[in-house]
Amino acid sequence: MTTATEKSIQRLKARAAAEGLLDVAYATADSPFGPLLLARTERGLVRIGLPNQDADELLADLAARVSPRVLEAPRELDEVRRELDLYFAGKLDRFDLPLDWRLSSGFRQRVLRAINRIPYGQTRSYTEMARKAGNERAVRAAGTACGSNPIPLVVPCHRVLRTSGALGGYGGGLPMKQGLLELEGVLDGNGAS
Amino acid sequence: MTALPPFQTVLDEHSAAVMAILQGAVGRDSAEDCFQETFLAALRAYPKLGDTSNLRGWLLTIAHRKAIDHHRARGRTPVPVAEVREAAAEDGLPERDSALWAAVGALPPKQRAAVALRYGSDLPHSEIAAALGCSPEAARRSLHEGLKRLRKELA
Repeated sequence: MTTATEKSIQRLKARAAAEGLLDVAYATADSPFGPLLLARTERGLVRIGLPNQDADELLADLAARVSPRVLEAPRELDEVRRELDLYFAGKLDRFDLPLDWRLSSGFRQRVLRAINRIPYGQTRSYTEMARKAGNERAVRAAGTACGSNPIPLVVPCHRVLRTSGALGGYGGGLPMKQGLLELEGVLDGNGAS
Repeated sequence: MTALPPFQTVLDEHSAAVMAILQGAVGRDSAEDCFQETFLAALRAYPKLGDTSNLRGWLLTIAHRKAIDHHRARGRTPVPVAEVREAAAEDGLPERDSALWAAVGALPPKQRAAVALRYGSDLPHSEIAAALGCSPEAARRSLHEGLKRLRKELA
């Protein structure tokens, strides 16, 4: 009976997607740093949850801020998962995914859009990002924008460092930031650039 | 107002109960269609749902509406065989089941659900109460009011 119901649920999700009733599709994906949560809307990728973030909290937040029609639908995230796998394997240096920016706004979104243009294997300072977003003096706010990045990895906030070259912070924890910069060849294994 | 949980949670917690009750109400073959209709209707209505305290009762009410639609569309004798006929005979309800189910469909939601769960799914008062999220007394009362109204409607 369980399998019968599972099949029915699969069919339901396909029909919900076809009828425009699947507002937020999500799935989990493996990464070298632990499991990721991926979520998209009809506009594009809207949220990536890092391994140290609580998946249930994140889904509840999506239900409140985007739509409560949140369903697990791994197939809807196939392309995102494919590009992330290639990225972690060092075989992809530029994501080609439609993004849904609705979870950020104003200055924060301008900072995140500027971050999104930092090329693979390069870093920028928080100050530069603040300037690109139109307010050079709002360095601290630029740091907050990085910290609240709803789409980390794909919007590469790990490429933003302190002017001194120090790592700064990272939502997924500093070891992950360091690991990503090593993957991109910015840092060597000892954390030196 | 409590925030609406992600719909996936609703599906995880209640899909098996909805399927079981639909299988009881319309039979295994038709349960699948009714299941789809039930959850698509639920998904459509979900963002505007005000009261989240009894999601199970809400879903089961939709499921029973879909089961009733199904019986009405088929125009054939509904599944809940012995029970309904006995009750109908005893209570002087008319023979034609489709008219009966149409009248059931016109009842207020709580009464409709109570009648459908009792005679459609053969649930005891305690389980009807659990499904509707009320006390067994309240379930008994809804059922009683529903039957009274049906008797009047169909007299």
